[in-house]
Amino acid sequence: MHPAKSIIAFTSLSGLGFGLMVLIGLGLPQVMGWPALVFGLLAVGLAGIGLLASLLHLGNPQRFLKAFTQWRTSWLSREAVFSMFTMMLFALHIGLLFFGIRLIFLGYLASALAVATIVCTAMIYAQLRTIPRWNTWLTPVLFLAFAITGGALVTAQIYLGLAGSALVLVVQIAHWARGRRALERSGSTAGTATALGGLGTVRMLESPHTARNYVTSEMVNHLDAARAKRLKIVVITLLVAQCLMLALLPITHAVVAGTILLHLAGVLVSRWLFFAESEHVVGLYYKG
Amino acid sequence: MAQPTLNTSPKVTDEIRQTTCYMCACRCGINVHLRDGKVSYIEGNRDHPVNKGVLCAKGSAGIMQHYSPARLQSPMLRVGERGEGKFKPISWDEALELATAWLAPLRAKAPEKLAFFTGRDQSQSFTGWWAQAFGTPNYAAHGGFCSVNMAAAGIYTMGGAFWEFGAPDWDYTKIFMLFGVAEDHDSNPIKMGLGKLKQRGARIIAVNPVRTGYNAIADDWLGITPGTDGQLILALVHCLFKARKIDLPYLLRYTNTPFLVNQDAQSDEFGLFLRDDNGKELVWNRNSQSAVAWDTPDASPELQGDLTVNDIPCKTVFSLMAARYLADEYSPEAVEESCGIAAKTIRRIAGELARVAFEEEVVLDRAWTDWRGKKHDTMVGRPVAFHAMRGISAHSNGFQTCRALHMLQILLGSVETPGGFRFKPPYPKPFEAHPKPHAKAVAGKPLAGPHLGYPRGPEDLAIDSENRPLRIDKAFTWENPLSAHGLMHMVISNAVAGDPYQIDTLFLYMANMAWNSSMNTRETMDMLRKKRADGEYAIPHIIYSDAYSSEMVAFADLVLPDTTYLERHDCISLLDRPIGEPDLMGDAIRWPVVAPDRDVRGFQSVLLDLGARLGLPGMVDDGGAPVYKNYADYIQRHERRPGIGPLAGFRGDGRAKGRGTPNEEQIDAYIENGGFWAEHIAPEHAYFKPWNQGYQDWAVERGLYDVQLPYTFNIYLEPLQKFRLAAQGKHALKPPEHMRDRLEHAMDPLPFWYPPFGQTDGFPLHAITQRPAAMYHSWGSQNAWLRQIHGHNPLYISAPVWNEHGFGDGDWAKLSSPHGEITVPVARMDAQNKHTLWTWNAIGKRRGAWALVEGASESDKGFLLNHLISELLPPQADGHRWANVDPITGQAAWYDLRVKIAKVPAPSGLRSQPDIEPQTSPVAAPPKALAYGKNWI
Amino acid sequence: MTTLPQHTEKKLGLVIDLDTCVGCHACVISCKEWNTSQYGAPLSDQNPYGGDNGGTFLNRVHSYEITKENMASQVVHFPRSCLHCEDAPCVTVCPTGASYKRVEDGIVLVNEPDCIGCGLCAWACPYGAREMDADAGVMKKCTLCVDRIYNENIPEIDRIPSCVRTCPAGARHFGDFADPQSNVSLLSDKRNGVELMPELGTAPVNRYLPPRPRDQIDILAPLLDTEPAQPGGLLGWVDRMLERL
Ligand SMILES: Nc1nc2c(c(=O)[nH]1)N[C@H]1C(S)=C(S)[C@@H](COP(=O)(O)OP(=O)(O)OC[C@H]3O[C@@H](n4cnc5c(=O)[nH]c(N)nc54)[C@H](O)[C@@H]3O)O[C@H]1N2
Ligand SMILES: Nc1nc2c(c(=O)[nH]1)N[C@H]1C(S)=C(S)[C@@H](COP(=O)(O)OP(=O)(O)OC[C@H]3O[C@@H](n4cnc5c(=O)[nH]c(N)nc54)[C@H](O)[C@@H]3O)O[C@H]1N2
Ligand code: SF4
Ligand code: SF4
Ligand code: SF4
Ligand code: SF4
Ligand code: SF4
Ligand SMILES: [Mo]
Repeated sequence: MHPAKSIIAFTSLSGLGFGLMVLIGLGLPQVMGWPALVFGLLAVGLAGIGLLASLLHLGNPQRFLKAFTQWRTSWLSREAVFSMFTMMLFALHIGLLFFGIRLIFLGYLASALAVATIVCTAMIYAQLRTIPRWNTWLTPVLFLAFAITGGALVTAQIYLGLAGSALVLVVQIAHWARGRRALERSGSTAGTATALGGLGTVRMLESPHTARNYVTSEMVNHLDAARAKRLKIVVITLLVAQCLMLALLPITHAVVAGTILLHLAGVLVSRWLFFAESEHVVGLYYKG
Repeated sequence: MAQPTLNTSPKVTDEIRQTTCYMCACRCGINVHLRDGKVSYIEGNRDHPVNKGVLCAKGSAGIMQHYSPARLQSPMLRVGERGEGKFKPISWDEALELATAWLAPLRAKAPEKLAFFTGRDQSQSFTGWWAQAFGTPNYAAHGGFCSVNMAAAGIYTMGGAFWEFGAPDWDYTKIFMLFGVAEDHDSNPIKMGLGKLKQRGARIIAVNPVRTGYNAIADDWLGITPGTDGQLILALVHCLFKARKIDLPYLLRYTNTPFLVNQDAQSDEFGLFLRDDNGKELVWNRNSQSAVAWDTPDASPELQGDLTVNDIPCKTVFSLMAARYLADEYSPEAVEESCGIAAKTIRRIAGELARVAFEEEVVLDRAWTDWRGKKHDTMVGRPVAFHAMRGISAHSNGFQTCRALHMLQILLGSVETPGGFRFKPPYPKPFEAHPKPHAKAVAGKPLAGPHLGYPRGPEDLAIDSENRPLRIDKAFTWENPLSAHGLMHMVISNAVAGDPYQIDTLFLYMANMAWNSSMNTRETMDMLRKKRADGEYAIPHIIYSDAYSSEMVAFADLVLPDTTYLERHDCISLLDRPIGEPDLMGDAIRWPVVAPDRDVRGFQSVLLDLGARLGLPGMVDDGGAPVYKNYADYIQRHERRPGIGPLAGFRGDGRAKGRGTPNEEQIDAYIENGGFWAEHIAPEHAYFKPWNQGYQDWAVERGLYDVQLPYTFNIYLEPLQKFRLAAQGKHALKPPEHMRDRLEHAMDPLPFWYPPFGQTDGFPLHAITQRPAAMYHSWGSQNAWLRQIHGHNPLYISAPVWNEHGFGDGDWAKLSSPHGEITVPVARMDAQNKHTLWTWNAIGKRRGAWALVEGASESDKGFLLNHLISELLPPQADGHRWANVDPITGQAAWYDLRVKIAKVPAPSGLRSQPDIEPQTSPVAAPPKALAYGKNWI
Repeated sequence: MTTLPQHTEKKLGLVIDLDTCVGCHACVISCKEWNTSQYGAPLSDQNPYGGDNGGTFLNRVHSYEITKENMASQVVHFPRSCLHCEDAPCVTVCPTGASYKRVEDGIVLVNEPDCIGCGLCAWACPYGAREMDADAGVMKKCTLCVDRIYNENIPEIDRIPSCVRTCPAGARHFGDFADPQSNVSLLSDKRNGVELMPELGTAPVNRYLPPRPRDQIDILAPLLDTEPAQPGGLLGWVDRMLERL
């Protein structure tokens, strides 16, 4: 897929925002008054910016309200609905916290909804059988791990942050490892795509158009393997550094801030790769 | 939630107007849908005989052509240097006065100083008539660089040719062999026909170095080495002779195979037919054991034997054929290496052709009478059909190869019989019924007859007593005697060299001669720019009519902008290239279905205006007033022979067919009828046309002929032997010494194969082009939709060459020929002959042309092979340079090109080389986005 | 309406004959010209006269090369458009309900006024059959010419898709797969019509007819007897033939 900035921003920032909500809803940390408001605004702000960024991706953003209607079948619609519910409930929770009222049940509910929202976001991608790399339970796990770790770092939950970072590292590597042969294992080939596989090795001789089109610009991969590998090393290095900092360095504001930056960088590169490396089966029609 | 309600009957159109497509020369009928006066949709006309409702990609893209930003807006006068593209707009009056001022003195003193050449326009009977009235011998259309080998071989051999002048009997053919065709002029009919064959499960065999398009859907593909089809065909002939799978009755009845040929090697008539006192060719009658005229009733001609008639040793044509084609040099084993087709495959194909021809006869229950008066209860045919086009004709051995193919068809008895190949009226028409060439210019006078024709022998050449060519293109000379379509490809280079003489004005119509239709494109551009010592251009005046901002426009001094095909009257006439099909005669019109929104005029009307200003005979009355208001008026009122005009339908009172007085309401009647007229041939007249009494009667009645024309097929082509005798010094006319060997060699009266000319040493590979179905030469690139399909063209390289040179995706190659080199992007393709490289034709464009903006892929990556092809062969030992053509017809030998290849680093900017300097665009900048149809939502 | 109908009365779709398709792109352009002024937004083109040009098409024709050891390579032309899947993932992923499958005939459509242009349906389609129009920002796809096939403003004979009507080779067929006796069902049965990427469970309605076996002449054709055992060789044969005439 074309790694659109708006989508990367959407998934990364809203992930962080909703991750933050998960933690705060769980009472990690237990904040009240102004700090609650600051955390709350930060969480809603990140989620909101993410969601707004996703609007940029739309051809007709003015109709976005329609996206709330199809929650019965559509993960994207569910994501929209859940994110709104979550943000509303979370805002209520923060409002009450600001005034010193903690309804534990409400917090937990907001957390649960935030988790659901993150899962919905991930499921938008994980549901796609057309993109075997994404079409795995590892995708929501990865999204959740990134989001909650981010939330933990922002709220300076060091142990959770450390555990999370380690989990992200593991899941990320697993996701990549599985991804490498995902298309191959899916059983789809240029042969099945064209139903000509029985005749021999199928290779596109001529593209239907020499000009570009939506499908080729949006869904046919152009990422070369060497670049992908370099970027994976970057993500791994960031995650390892993040773990090491949390495990070995004295916890100061600067160190926490540093890990947050590393985390953000890691999410962005990982997401960029997630899209850029996705390998949609439609690419089989264009395989030379 | 409910499903949205949908209006499934939305409005489609305000009005449909029916006319003829001109996105190519195929002549399909179209329904043009108009909304708010704009073209909204174009579909095929279901009633039209050519396309029966279907339409190709180009036809459907007509909207984008009609509204192209490259359309010229008004007459223009050059202000910059030639080739720069700098013009100022002028009025039509100024333009026509200027043209008159240039041309009138030429006509008065030396009409040959005007060279008037046209491209694939469909008004050649009209433009030819104009040029004849002007008096210049220098007129022809594109046929010489196109496929004259095919046309001339067909007409000389069997009185009709492939092109779109005949067609396989798609309904009955059981095996169809296609030689060297990518698209052809019968674009849609061939596709429809192939579809029919597929539906019936008939076998299709494709002979082509490349397996794309039609060749890709063939059941069997023979990836032949370019230029060797003659070997393959004659090997098939060899096998058929050996196996005695030849239709002898057919040969006896319909061909000159029983004719007696003089075998006295000393005689000046060696190789000519024996004739009686009436000039009738003789055959040996088995009944009377004597020589009689071939058409003697009840004669039973002998087919073979060494005979002596009137003391002249002679043989039948058939004997000569058997002697030649049974020889081992024609065996499959002898040619397999060279042509790249395994001997066993050739034998299998011969077997299959023979099996189908002789064991699966088609018998139609239609009684008919032949011209001898003999009645036949049924029509018996051999369901093997062939079609071929430029793949075999665009070679320097093309004429003989095309003849070989016709011989094969005839040996199998499959021409004009059910399941075989069929002529479309006005064909069949033997070469004897075509005019001879006329080329003698007389100051102030029209030419004595049509320019182009079919020479019968050396006496019909267009040369003076010193053997000097009368025509600027050297057509009908010893160099290429049977150049029935002229040699448009030699005009610029000859004129600039002043050989055979200098001209003053080059007047071109609808041919992009500064680009894709010329060999040696870059130097052709230099020639057009070339100045003499006195600072005058070597070709002092160039007038050009185009409708769009082509490369050629930039080289014109005076540009006469044409309308688009939807804005003008045209006539697709039986005098030219009509819409006939094997079962019908027909013709068609174009008419202004939308009005022009620019200061442009239909070229034919402009030509009539110019003709009237010049006072050309036929165009002005005795008082000097114009005879015709415009082309539409001409179409209705002009008579070529009494009762015969440009359109055959709705003549006289509106009911006369073929013959009849002019009808002032004829065009309206055509419009009413869907833009065309067609009359079906009675089923019992629809086959065996050259010999079918009923057909012949009908053809005379309809004005296709003035007298009946039954004839025999010329497997042995006597006119060639006459030239050969001349080359041997046995004719009153003597070719120059240095031309004799080649002439003698090429002018074999029986088909044979020789290697294509040109240097091959050091150039191991062949390079050819193919027409893409969705592009028409250079016109297509201005089309926003089509250019998305073919915006650039890689050079396709066969797997062995690809591997040998270590090519990879995205690589570039330098391709060199004996003449030049180009650097181009490459791609791999396995399904092609291993010695062959190919690319799509005419995709590359000059920067600034066609209203394309900087960065257009056509100019960046796109390229032409033409830079590698010289219009002249390398000098011989004596310094003489032959034109790069077939020695018999002058057909441009595009596909003789030999090359070598080397991998090179990608050129800077990924631009293919040569990267010709840009031309200034004479039209406004194009829009940056399109959303056609927005108005109608 | 992103819930797929349990059942559609008809299953309209196309049969595309890969044995016959000559790759001429006629269907591509005919589709473009019909649809650019009919159903929904026009099919726009970007940079139509410059470099990096592009545009929306609902039907595109690829060429594939097929290689196999000891066989001549072959080329197959391959038109690609929406297959109107029975289990259309493009429909269920749509957040707005713009994408839907019609109950009456199974045609999969985008109701453009509802489309936010999120692109997800295109991601969900394995076949590249959906293209977002860069000008209108809505998703475009083959409508199976729903505005032709029932259109009372055009003659009955023309109530077929534009691409089918135009195809010069007759490689495209339109009909109802729910009816086992329809032209398309019979053709698909006879010629072993296949689905594309069945492994993805989309249950496409359109069928592709595979190319018939190629290059069989060496196996199937008779070997010509070039030395027939007849007295007198060719001359004798000719003599006997002429006697008989
Ligand atoms: N390498 C290579 N070169 C080839 C060939 C090949 O196979 N390979 N093929 C050769 C053959 S067979 C041919 S026929 C030539 C064709 O080559 P050309 O005859 O040059 O054909 P086009 O490129 O179509 O150019 C025709 C010109 O007519 C103009 N035109 C289009 N419509 C109209 C109209 O309505 N009115 C007027 N007045 N002008 C119009 C176009 O704008 C264009 O400038 O190319 C030859 N060149
Ligand atoms: N779409 C479209 N249709 C057109 C045109 C167009 O530009 N576009 N141009 C029109 C014009 S002007 C013409 S003249 C006709 C020409 O119609 P075609 O004759 O079909 O034209 P080419 O593309 O030159 O095709 C030549 C074919 O011969 C093959 N070939 C080359 N050398 C050899 C050989 O030695 N032996 C054999 N057996 N094959 C060989 C090539 O691979 C190619 O497939 O098409 C007309 N129709
Ligand atoms: S073949 Fe195509 S471009 Fe040519 S006349 Fe027919 S529809 Fe028009
Ligand atoms: S119009 Fe027909 S033959 Fe041409 S590409 Fe389309 S399906 Fe194939
Ligand atoms: S082909 Fe693609 S767009 Fe069409 S119904 Fe199937 S999944 Fe949807
Ligand atoms: S692009 Fe339009 S039709 Fe497609 S999923 Fe999004 S809203 Fe639905
Ligand atoms: S059915 Fe209609 S919309 Fe679909 S590809 Fe054909 S022409 Fe285009
Ligand atoms: Mo041509």
